[in-house]
Amino acid sequence: MSLINITNLKVGYEGQPVLSDINLKIEAGDYLCIVGENGSGKSTLMKTILGLQAPISGKIEFSDGLAQTEIGYLPQQSDVQRDFPASVFEIVLSGCQSRLGRRFFYTKEHKAIAEENIKKLGIAKLKKRCYRELSGGQQQRVLLARALCATKRILLLDEPVAGLDPQVTEEMYELIKQLNDEGLTIIMISHDIANVQTYATKVFDVNKISPAGSAVLGGESLC
Amino acid sequence: MLEKLMMYFAFPFVRYAVIVGVLIALCSSLLGVTLVLKRYSYIGDGLSHVAFGALAIASVANLTNKMIIVLPITVFAAIMLLRRGQSAKVKGDAAIAMLSVGALAFGYMLMNLFPTSSNISGDVCSTLFGSTSILTLTVSEVWLSVVLSIAVLVIFILFYNRIFSVTFDENFAKAVGTKVGFYNLLIATVIAVIIVLAMNLVGSLLISALVIFPALSAMSVFKSFRAVTVFSAVSSVICAFIGIIVSILAGTPVGSTIVTADVFLFFICYLLGKIRG
Repeated sequence: MSLINITNLKVGYEGQPVLSDINLKIEAGDYLCIVGENGSGKSTLMKTILGLQAPISGKIEFSDGLAQTEIGYLPQQSDVQRDFPASVFEIVLSGCQSRLGRRFFYTKEHKAIAEENIKKLGIAKLKKRCYRELSGGQQQRVLLARALCATKRILLLDEPVAGLDPQVTEEMYELIKQLNDEGLTIIMISHDIANVQTYATKVFDVNKISPAGSAVLGGESLC
Repeated sequence: MLEKLMMYFAFPFVRYAVIVGVLIALCSSLLGVTLVLKRYSYIGDGLSHVAFGALAIASVANLTNKMIIVLPITVFAAIMLLRRGQSAKVKGDAAIAMLSVGALAFGYMLMNLFPTSSNISGDVCSTLFGSTSILTLTVSEVWLSVVLSIAVLVIFILFYNRIFSVTFDENFAKAVGTKVGFYNLLIATVIAVIIVLAMNLVGSLLISALVIFPALSAMSVFKSFRAVTVFSAVSSVICAFIGIIVSILAGTPVGSTIVTADVFLFFICYLLGKIRG
């Protein structure tokens, strides 16, 4: 059953379209890669899916009980984050912020969820360490653990391997694959074509959208 | 020395100064971490100049309770500045610089055009460096300061987790449904309140120090957000207390003595951080 259904979507900034005629169906269990050159509008599309900005026209429908705010998001790191004085646990726990509801403080269950995801991503030893002292790969795992606290079903990753060395990149891809095998739907932005072909079950190339909007590339074939 | 101190503490205005000073120091340090991390360090400075301009208006209007004018104007400026940050055509720091020097010039001009006392330069100096204002608080000003400080404290504690989320990663927070706009507004309002309060203690030129130094001291030694927040609050309170006591005993200006204590502590923390690696 499809989780997200995008029809005739046009995205852009301040009324200036960057991409149009986007038609995309994301099914539960998909591993979808959005590829395209720099500046082609991948991030804009992603931000629109996340609700960080409004679409110019068209529709994004969430079905099967999925809400827009239930998407786990792994953003690209900003400078502010790189030297942020916070412990790994504090950051992962902040992934539970949407579960707070009207509460002001995190409950035991929230902390248990954070612990569980820290273990799952193999960063239990780093739990009390300061985020800014970690390596790039470790930081990505922390942010991924945080994203997992926010969702049970779908993850949206913005260039998760940017700036990582080859071995760590490989580990990161394996980790994402493993999460996908466990039933999580994955949407990933990438320009790493080789790895996309290995892992993705669907590829959406924003540079190849035909006027009919049928650039929804079903199988592994297209890149 | 102790006797001298006891003698001073017999005066109610000295006790007021200590109570209000410590509370203000506590509040101003809390959001320091967020401001430094969001790269808004200079906002405190800009707002304090706006508050200076507003104070000039209040003086000219001859109001007994100047906060009625100063507080809303500063809150408004804070909201405008933070809003701009998001859709900046004029970059954040330029907007702050414009507002800050503009308000400063405007305030000084008003004070000169409509002098309320014969000693204009004394008035200006006192507003800029807070030399005596902490010792001349009226009872109603003390109460207002206490109430506002407690409000700031309560808001900060209740929204601690949200403030952390919004500071660390605004986009993520927004994506999972946190009302980022609202919390930024809240942060802006609280900052403005703190600035207006702190004007009494250290004057408008030195407020940034009160906001930034405790946060930077804590950040160079501690590794979790909670520890950083707690330490900056504690260190700010201690520095303010020491500063006020020293200034009473040695007859130095209150504001600059407190800030000197803050600077001193920062260097100690910085060295500690370097040594620990």
